[in-house]
Amino acid sequence: MYRILKDLDRRWIFLAMFLAVAIPVLARLVFPEVVSKQAKMVFDAIDDLPDGSNILLAFDFDPASQGELLPMAQAFTRHCSIKGHKQYYMALWPLGSPMVDLSIDTIEDEYPDMVYGEDYMKFSYKAGGEAVIRMIMQDLRGMFPLDSKGTQLDDIPMTKNIKNIQDMDLIINVSAGDPGTKQWVQFAATPFGITTVSGCTGVQAPQMYPYIPEQLAGVLGAIKAAAEYEAAIDEVYPSIAANKKAQEAKRRMGPQLVAHSMMIVFILVGNWIFFVARKRGEA
Amino acid sequence: MSDTDKPNKSNSLIWGILFVIGGLMLVWSMSTSRTGQVWVTPEHHAFSDTGEVNDNNDAVWKSIDPTAATTTDITWTTYEVVPVSELIPAMIDSGDATLSWSRTIGLWLSAIFTLFILSFLVGDNPAYKFAEAMVVGTSAGYVLVISIWDVFIPNLLGKLFPAMVQGWSLPGMDASAPAELLYIIPALLIVMLLWQLMPSGGWISRWPIAFFIGVTAGYRMIGYVEADLVAQIKAGMVPLWVTGDTGEFDFWLSFNACLLTIATLSAMVYFFFSIEHKGLVGKVAKVGIWFLMITFGASFGYTVMGRIALLAQRLEFLFGDWLHLI
Repeated sequence: MYRILKDLDRRWIFLAMFLAVAIPVLARLVFPEVVSKQAKMVFDAIDDLPDGSNILLAFDFDPASQGELLPMAQAFTRHCSIKGHKQYYMALWPLGSPMVDLSIDTIEDEYPDMVYGEDYMKFSYKAGGEAVIRMIMQDLRGMFPLDSKGTQLDDIPMTKNIKNIQDMDLIINVSAGDPGTKQWVQFAATPFGITTVSGCTGVQAPQMYPYIPEQLAGVLGAIKAAAEYEAAIDEVYPSIAANKKAQEAKRRMGPQLVAHSMMIVFILVGNWIFFVARKRGEA
Repeated sequence: MSDTDKPNKSNSLIWGILFVIGGLMLVWSMSTSRTGQVWVTPEHHAFSDTGEVNDNNDAVWKSIDPTAATTTDITWTTYEVVPVSELIPAMIDSGDATLSWSRTIGLWLSAIFTLFILSFLVGDNPAYKFAEAMVVGTSAGYVLVISIWDVFIPNLLGKLFPAMVQGWSLPGMDASAPAELLYIIPALLIVMLLWQLMPSGGWISRWPIAFFIGVTAGYRMIGYVEADLVAQIKAGMVPLWVTGDTGEFDFWLSFNACLLTIATLSAMVYFFFSIEHKGLVGKVAKVGIWFLMITFGASFGYTVMGRIALLAQRLEFLFGDWLHLI
């Protein structure tokens, strides 16, 4: 057994991992989610705001992180829409703009009563990262003379009275790297005290938790927290719970359970092989 | 190349069989179902000029019945994708649903490129390299185009020549706005940056690069000092004896506060290299290492979760959108 495992072609490991993810996907395995304190903090930050509050949704990720971050971005959109919040979308990544479009598609499909320019709008991509954030905190029109459709902000009902991002009640940032949550904390949340929540990739999550609760009102770390956030929304809003499209993160947790269990087995077996090899003087 | 990386004859045979079975299943699925097809339903729109104008002196158009549209009206058609679960033969027979060749080709390209990228797991190969080059090339092209239209034109040309830009590309822009001559400076910096492409005088490009690095360093220094240094020191100075709203001692909050303090101090001692890590300092540094290792373990766990989520999403695409298995 030792010799077989030691000489095992690593492609068998890949195949095993493929099956560990593929079978739950095909079987549509979904497990119940318990809402953690972190997910509840994010939910409350959005839900406790009065209906119709101004919310900036900055989607700083691209298709490479879509599988991990889009479910939580869509959950933010649905939660804000059902609360009737005014949604201002922007992206500091050039490939983040299509990610915003997916959320706008969700609004148009599922909340047809919402009107562009009155309930939601989109700023186009701007280069500059933290420089953009710093500027729009003081002067929105200096950086964004027009929205993404080429209309002046003064001609859009929901932006004509917005001078800068300090007029927002909440910033929601979905982040896959730089620029992302760190820059929003550094140039918006900390110096101006604007309530900010973040949804970020697993890689970033450990770096974001120290900002809670002073600089961030909550963090959704990776797909697990996204699933918990979906569960928190489902508990309060049954219409979203009935929407199959709104269960994407929860659906993605089935493969996680199986694949993580298998990873643990692999790590244990790998360590066993290592120690046996060392004992036999083969390491 | 390690032993486990070397192709093994029997393993290669098994892998070959697996690929052939996969290919046969795909052909069978395509011949017996609508695998890999995208069907759409058309939706017609029409708008008619009312002859009125709004406050901005723009013509007011109203939505009308598309079948009643005349040549003076504006008409167009959009197409909605029909989910496979909702596609019935009657929709196809009546012409309500039509096969969208462009979307079908796009779907197949997406699926094939996904498989090309995943093929790297079996070994480096030309298909993977081709897909990798395509990703880099299309991303660079997309970023270039979006930067020109979303940044260069509205934020530079639009500031310097508002009337020209309004008439040429952005009709929504305010043509009466005065030109902001301060923007000549960034325009000049762009020209200086591009000077690197000239046969001589490449040193001119160092000036805008120096300016850019200086501004970025200044921005970042302010951000880090305020948000990561001062604010984090403040957040780390917590009371170790925590009481609840009623004044009772809260054990777990106090425990967390103590743990936070010990972890912060011991990790900082580990990075304090001016004193040799011996005796008490060495022991505290070892505690710091343990906390650091726990942090790295948490990061690794999160990273694994992220990667599995990405794989699950691609498999959902392959099994759902492409093969219609789910």
